[in-house]
Amino acid sequence: MANPATGRSFLQAMTSVEEVAPPLRVVQMEGLAVLKIIKHCKEFSPALVTGQLLGLDVGSVLEVTNCFPFPTREEDEELEADGANYQLEMMRCLREVNVDNNTVGWYQSTLLGSFQTAELIETFMNYQENIRRCVCIIYDPSRSNQGVVALKALRLSDSFMDLYRSNNFNGEKLREKKLSWVNVFEEIPIKVSNSALISAFMTELEPDSPVTQCDFDRLKLSSAPFMERNLEFLIECMDDLTAEQNKFQYYYRNLSRQQAQQQVWLQKRRQENMQRKAAGEEPLPEEDPSNPIFKPIVEPSRLDSYLITNQISNYCNQVNGAAGQGFSKLYLMKALHEN
Amino acid sequence: MATAAATSSKQTVLQYPGAAPSVSARIHPVVLFNICDAFVRRPDQAGRVIGTLLGSTSSDGTVEIKNSYVVPHNESADQVALDIDYHHNMFVSHQKVNPKEVIVGWFSTGFGVSGGSSLIHEFYSREVQNPIHLTVDSGFTNGEASIKAYVSASLTLGDRQLAAHFQEIPLDMRLIEAERVGFDLLKNTSVDKIPNDLEGMESSMERLYTLINDVYKYVDDVVEGRVQGDNNIGRFIAEALASLPKLSPTAFDKVFNDKIQDNLSLVYLSSLTRTQLSIAEKLNTAAQIL
Repeated sequence: MANPATGRSFLQAMTSVEEVAPPLRVVQMEGLAVLKIIKHCKEFSPALVTGQLLGLDVGSVLEVTNCFPFPTREEDEELEADGANYQLEMMRCLREVNVDNNTVGWYQSTLLGSFQTAELIETFMNYQENIRRCVCIIYDPSRSNQGVVALKALRLSDSFMDLYRSNNFNGEKLREKKLSWVNVFEEIPIKVSNSALISAFMTELEPDSPVTQCDFDRLKLSSAPFMERNLEFLIECMDDLTAEQNKFQYYYRNLSRQQAQQQVWLQKRRQENMQRKAAGEEPLPEEDPSNPIFKPIVEPSRLDSYLITNQISNYCNQVNGAAGQGFSKLYLMKALHEN
Repeated sequence: MATAAATSSKQTVLQYPGAAPSVSARIHPVVLFNICDAFVRRPDQAGRVIGTLLGSTSSDGTVEIKNSYVVPHNESADQVALDIDYHHNMFVSHQKVNPKEVIVGWFSTGFGVSGGSSLIHEFYSREVQNPIHLTVDSGFTNGEASIKAYVSASLTLGDRQLAAHFQEIPLDMRLIEAERVGFDLLKNTSVDKIPNDLEGMESSMERLYTLINDVYKYVDDVVEGRVQGDNNIGRFIAEALASLPKLSPTAFDKVFNDKIQDNLSLVYLSSLTRTQLSIAEKLNTAAQIL
């Protein structure tokens, strides 16, 4: 047993070593996991599906070596236990064939990038309680016919998680922690790795044509439907944002009105007190908690507006990317036509 | 675990059941990746990996292999044992996700078909009508990657079944999915980042440029007489050039300018939105001066 006189016991030393984990810098995915995710999301698009990621947590790299899909859940409550059973069964079976049995997160598909919802954050918090480092991979199958592999690895930032646990989202706390909507989600770069065997196979099997399907998709000239859908979603989100802003305006107006009322009441009390002092009576307290105008108004949570802002910025980024591609393609067409 | 006793099969003169099979198979790259990954992770004493193939059969006899999973097995000189419970459990689990995928056959790594394979094949033919046997040669014997698919026809002499004859069927390696993801990502042992929109665009354009250059050089060579012209290629090139839509310069300019203006206005709109967002944020978290 450790000697108490040495200041730190053995147990303390062990726990403190655990806390100094290197921050997550990169998510390394195997080609197998990438293909499986793509296959699953594509098959069920436009429905949104989820699945579990399995892998290893090594230093500052989170390796994702395999994954398995979740069955689509019906609205039935009885199937809750079924879902847990399915997960346990899959993990057990995969363990028998030496697949890494370690959950490192989950993946989900999305439609044009509208994935920042409160449920995502809740799922994150649930996972975070059990696993020290987990990540969420988002795949967008609707962008794959533009030739882009729309895979993103997300994580909640630590400061946001602390704030969420304390369930306190008013302006002061946020200013204190300097948490703006940009800091809610952290995007982690993804590296793809393949075993030597599969890379040998792929090299052999690569078709001889110098141009692949991927290029063909990228050079398509019609980007209008994609832009249209993006803009539609953008407009909806802007409506939501205005609704949130109205809520804040309402709150501020109420607050200032309440403060004005409080001042008026305070003045009256002070006058009363002066009169009482003149008459030799006890002065009344300057506060009156039972008076409704002193009731603190609850400040609306800013979580929703942060999420909406994130979504909007995501749409804007996508529009920018697609427009950039569009420009190059158009100039190419022009050059071709002139010849 | 259920076990199947081994029989040695040496065949002589036999009756073939009928004409060559009209089945062909198509395989998705996920399956290949799965098999290779399973092979890399196999337990030390196993020489090869065996598992089930899932997929669907279309009406014209083409079997599409879409998914697979490994089944633990034990193999020694004269005995083969397959974990049937595991196989069944995994199948049920997979069915929960995708009920349309059914068992279409089984795979094994290693070159060629061995004695034990026929027993396993028999087991699988109890599950599905005409199972496909896929061999993935992970040892690269013959110095090349050989992925072959077989169906088996049983050879009978009178009433007794003597042997199983594995006939190779055409296998279509549909790598469209892999192409979509991009061979760069799937071929190298490690790729540092997934290319985003503009980088991908750049590489596609470069490839197109080299392609056009090659075609140009070829045409040049043919015209100068350095290379014998091939009529087919010539026709292809003419077709490609003719498929450019014929627009008068004014019409083309109009279309072009319209599109450019659309794109510009979209970029402007998105920057405007972002400015709006930062203003909104400042307002929302501004300190209150009361």
